[in-house]
Amino acid sequence: MTTDVQANPAANPAVDESTPLIEVKDLHVWFELKKWGFSHVGWVRAVDNVNFQLKHGEAIAIVGESGCGKSSLMKTLLLLNRPHKGQVIYEGKDISNLKGKDLKWYRSQVGYVQQDPYGALPPFMPVHRILSEPLVINGVKNKKEREERIRQAMEEVALTPVDDFLNKYPHMLSGGQQQRVVIARAMILEPKLLVADEPVSMLDASVRVEILRLLRKLQEQHNLSVMYITHDLSTVRFFSERIFVMYAGKLVEQTHIEELLNNPLHPYTVALLTGTSVPDASNAKHLKRVPPGEPPSLVNPPTGCRFHPRCEHFISGKCDVEEPPHLEPLPGHIVNCWLYEDGRTSYPKVASE
Amino acid sequence: MNDNTLLKLEDLVLYFKTSRGEVQAVDHVNLELHKNKAVVILGESGCGKSSMAKAILRLLPRNVGQYHGKVLLEDFDVMSLSDEEFRRQVRWVKMSMVPQAAMNALNPVLRAGEQVAEPAMIHLGMDKEEALDLARQMFENVGVPVDFLTRYPFELSGGMRQRVAIAMALITKPQLIVLDEPTSALDLLTQANIMNVLKTIKWETGTSYILITHDIATSSELADEVAVMYAGQIVEINDAESFFQEPLHPYSQRLMASVPRLYGDEEPDFIPGRPPSLLNPPTGCRFADRCHLRFDKCDEEPPTFIVDGHPVKCWLYEKDHQAVESAATGTGDAS
Repeated sequence: MTTDVQANPAANPAVDESTPLIEVKDLHVWFELKKWGFSHVGWVRAVDNVNFQLKHGEAIAIVGESGCGKSSLMKTLLLLNRPHKGQVIYEGKDISNLKGKDLKWYRSQVGYVQQDPYGALPPFMPVHRILSEPLVINGVKNKKEREERIRQAMEEVALTPVDDFLNKYPHMLSGGQQQRVVIARAMILEPKLLVADEPVSMLDASVRVEILRLLRKLQEQHNLSVMYITHDLSTVRFFSERIFVMYAGKLVEQTHIEELLNNPLHPYTVALLTGTSVPDASNAKHLKRVPPGEPPSLVNPPTGCRFHPRCEHFISGKCDVEEPPHLEPLPGHIVNCWLYEDGRTSYPKVASE
Repeated sequence: MNDNTLLKLEDLVLYFKTSRGEVQAVDHVNLELHKNKAVVILGESGCGKSSMAKAILRLLPRNVGQYHGKVLLEDFDVMSLSDEEFRRQVRWVKMSMVPQAAMNALNPVLRAGEQVAEPAMIHLGMDKEEALDLARQMFENVGVPVDFLTRYPFELSGGMRQRVAIAMALITKPQLIVLDEPTSALDLLTQANIMNVLKTIKWETGTSYILITHDIATSSELADEVAVMYAGQIVEINDAESFFQEPLHPYSQRLMASVPRLYGDEEPDFIPGRPPSLLNPPTGCRFADRCHLRFDKCDEEPPTFIVDGHPVKCWLYEKDHQAVESAATGTGDAS
């Protein structure tokens, strides 16, 4: 399709703050399953019909369990996967098929914070070299400028005094410091979008908040757009305005974070919220209500609503047959669920408790 | 000690030898666990939590420097047993363990059912058929479909593998199960599910647990008592009710404040700095450098004070509270 993205974004006059930074239209990320290497067996439908917009400076959280397709969605935004169908539009241009130079330019526009900092940092490179690589690759030839940018990035993530860290190898740093290096590397090319894939799940509870605050500070200072991917709802409040709940390759609920916490609509969201523990001694006295079973295989997902085999409000003959509609029972609160077809605006209580 | 005590640790010490000196991973730990109760060991990574589990079950690496103290299991000091006696009489018979990342601890070339049955064959002297029957029961107890008996670990999801590891720890019907981070690698709903399984087992069979974790929120799902560990030492032991409302030690307070909550306006806080190296821990209070309530006295090592019946290792409670005679300063006669 279109591959006419200019290497220099400043030369594109159509871009202003009102255009969404990223627009995802009808996105399908499917992976082909093959037998003996060539005969087609089926598709893993990791992301199925996802639509959303991400504005400049906005932070979105995507919440879901492992295997729900959130990482596939993220990797597609980074163009590590190609969409099977649909479009990813960056500042008004379709980028789904970028190649060569254009692709390199696009990747300099998005930063990636990996989940496991130790795994994401090359063990044989000192911090200085880890941070200079993206600059060298993206043609910052002046050595002095590189030094300056490295120092600036390290100061920004509070790896100070900088000289103490420049020559250290990843294994000499604590988990929190490693994650700071990963963040510095993601930020060093001054991207417009930061994709953070469970950035704190491998860290100790005591430093999680520190890293989340750092990400929020960077977001505010640089007017960054952030995609924050997590399975932990209690950290979401920290720095995202909107939240998407994903289940088995589909977005099932999209709304503002406070609205989601106070008025969750989709049965899966409700299950996630009940499943999240808060420290309270009374927890030990009763069992948690957890939906039975496990997330479905994405090769052969259930018909109709993909959550129906585990749902406490399952409507036979409807949920298992027809795909749930895209409803907006309250302004700005989108849910894909048959329960809200009749204009209901809150989650129905379950009688048998 | 009363009849209800299942396990009592007295001045338990486990140091590791390294080329740079001794790592004081478990430093004079005292702890008591009652029957059918669960005690949670909380702390950041590198505080010696897992080493304590290893010290209790005598699953030691080769580089042990010092290992002494008392491990009293129903009044009997199991430290007096030889390694072989310990293996035959205690490990897996009286107490078993679900190791950290249990999902990777399973043998990849054995079917799940065979692995679960193995301890029953070795320790209960059952033949294979009986043991497999028992394994089937265990699978039902932990909520694994029975036809998974013949599957290999790679065919199971993470949550299912974790359940298999729990079934394996359960099969010999031990009185105590040590759980080392049983849910940290799992998804939220799977976590909640496993916690439900553990609770049900506790209620139905009267098993006791030692749960080692850094996840405070999840730990509250199981805890009757909470012991907070910092830099190899236990700094606070408290019942769950009071701990989750009002922890006593400043470290516990900071830990509680670092938990993000779903509701409420309180913004969580982090603990600056990181735990000291156990190679050469600071003299005085080990938390002093990171403590927001530090004062002059903290340069000296605090004794353990009894605050409303709860041991707390902090100078803040010196006034009006009785200190326990620290046996740590005496001669460790059990070796």
